[in-house]
Amino acid sequence: MFFRMLKKSFLQGKKNKLLAIVTIAFGATLASAVLSVSLDIGDKVNKELKSYGANLIVKPEMEALPLDMPGIKIDPLADQRYISEDELPNIKMIFWRNNILGFVPSLSTSVFIEEQEVKLTGTWFNKKMVIPTGETLRTGAKSIKTWWDVNGNWPADNNEPEALVQQKLAQRLNIANGDKFAVTLTTEQGRKTSQLKVVGIVSTGSNEGGIFVPLNWLQEQLGKDNQVQQVEVSALTTPENALARKAAMDLDSLSSDEFETWYCTAYVDSIAYQIEEAIPGVEAKQLRQVAQSEGKVLSKIQLLMALLTVVALISSILGISNLMTASVLERSKEIGLYKALGANNLPVIYLFMAEALVIGLIGGLVGYGIGFGFAQIIGKSVFSSTIAFKPLVIPIVLLLSTGVGILGTISAMGTIVKLQPAEVLHGR
Amino acid sequence: MSDIVTLQDVYKIYGKVHALHNINISIASGEWVAVMGPSGSGKTTMMNIIGCMDTPTKGSVQVDGTETHKLNGAALTKLRREKIGLVFQQFHLVPHLTAVENVMLAQYYHSMPDEKEALQALERVGLAQRAEHLPKQLSGGEQQRVCIARALINYPSIILADEPTGNLDKVNERIVIDIFNQLHKEGHTIIMVTHDPKVGQLAQRQIELDHGQLVYSGVV
Repeated sequence: MFFRMLKKSFLQGKKNKLLAIVTIAFGATLASAVLSVSLDIGDKVNKELKSYGANLIVKPEMEALPLDMPGIKIDPLADQRYISEDELPNIKMIFWRNNILGFVPSLSTSVFIEEQEVKLTGTWFNKKMVIPTGETLRTGAKSIKTWWDVNGNWPADNNEPEALVQQKLAQRLNIANGDKFAVTLTTEQGRKTSQLKVVGIVSTGSNEGGIFVPLNWLQEQLGKDNQVQQVEVSALTTPENALARKAAMDLDSLSSDEFETWYCTAYVDSIAYQIEEAIPGVEAKQLRQVAQSEGKVLSKIQLLMALLTVVALISSILGISNLMTASVLERSKEIGLYKALGANNLPVIYLFMAEALVIGLIGGLVGYGIGFGFAQIIGKSVFSSTIAFKPLVIPIVLLLSTGVGILGTISAMGTIVKLQPAEVLHGR
Repeated sequence: MSDIVTLQDVYKIYGKVHALHNINISIASGEWVAVMGPSGSGKTTMMNIIGCMDTPTKGSVQVDGTETHKLNGAALTKLRREKIGLVFQQFHLVPHLTAVENVMLAQYYHSMPDEKEALQALERVGLAQRAEHLPKQLSGGEQQRVCIARALINYPSIILADEPTGNLDKVNERIVIDIFNQLHKEGHTIIMVTHDPKVGQLAQRQIELDHGQLVYSGVV
């Protein structure tokens, strides 16, 4: 009988019910959009951070203090200091060697192509190397810079003049795979022109105006055998905690126990410290700051959206509250009759709560659909990415929307309790 | 016969208004009583008190052996559910429920709905064929008969009817009166408020109120 009554009473006062569904759908739309975006973008950022290859950069230690002011950085000796390539296998000899996933050295110089200055970088692409333990390791841009999109082939790690040209430069020079072009290098012996063969066009996602060549070839051309300017290292690290932050502020402030704990934990700074120990004359720094600050901005956006959702849900509760109270007053004779026939307050309240529950479910489903579409708009316009379907969002949105429906009915419950059958049935 | 309803020194006071003033009435089980009087005489207030929808300001009320003036709201609801059958002048049927569902509604709040029994109740008032009709599809007389079927479905000790023929034409008035006659013959206690002296004369006894006071009790 209850469901019969619910079904029939739900179909009454369609305009009010529709308004209540729209009110709940409004809050559910925002909740759905925020949850879809938060869950998916959170995953995307995490994935990006994990695939963001290198999280440490190793450079020669500065002998002279560079001029470093906000917006201005002058280090005239930066290009004249090198790390010995022979020392690189030592990176795989530190305490946390198994956490070192790979590393990629580089040596850069400016070259001229048809009078245009272009950055030429020598690097490892997929270098096979033997580390002091006797194990072999394959490392280079191919495994570290997983986001590089290469059209064609990767150059071989030898002395062949093969080049990977960045997309915009290839367009500007109108060159394609298999083409040869001349580059003019400045060496200690003077200017020198060499021919490079394009084996692949690469999209790296930024600064699309450079060329990558095998490290050995460039070292040979520049007469800088065994020399690299920097090494990007990819390491599995433990998230920062209070100890890591304390060490980052001042390593000397750690007690010996704390230092031991810090040293034996795979914090990015402790790995950097161990690399500096393994290769004398270098400094290793973490590259995560930008990603971390992006993460913080994302968290703030999510917090702002969550607050907006809370406000929208509260507005929905107030809206539902008004509509339900109006509905109860409109149906006061019906409620009075139920009470006159012997109904206590609870069965009558259950009926109205069940109606609110159904309204909440319908509003939640409608809101989820609109919210998911809205999430796609946010994803495209803010994050330039589509938002994946997350099944978990549906029960959460339905729970929130039915919660809004039930909470919105609370004030109407007071009206139900106060209604006296004699008063409403006799119009007093 | 023993008394099923007793009002002793009953007052109902709203501010300075005495809706009921020192009412003393006894109604025997199986009796058919007509409560009469002009508008504002206190008829409805007295019916509400007997029907457990209201309590007196002063005095004592006994309904089927229970002193209702001592009961709280929930206990009054329970007593009303079990002992009282209500018939209203304006029928008060739930508009979105069919005739049989309106009858089942009283069963639902009393114990357990039983559609077969509800249909039998409608058959008893001659409405078996109109069971699946909504109130708006029924005439006034038919709606009142659904209301009577609903009042009878839980076998109440007392039937309280507030102007049961007030909104009906002569034909339907006759049908409803015949049903009340039949119920009376079967031994039901009927307390009926009416303005109409002709309808009032059909009862065994007439009680007349004026300005909240009992001015007459007896057979005309």
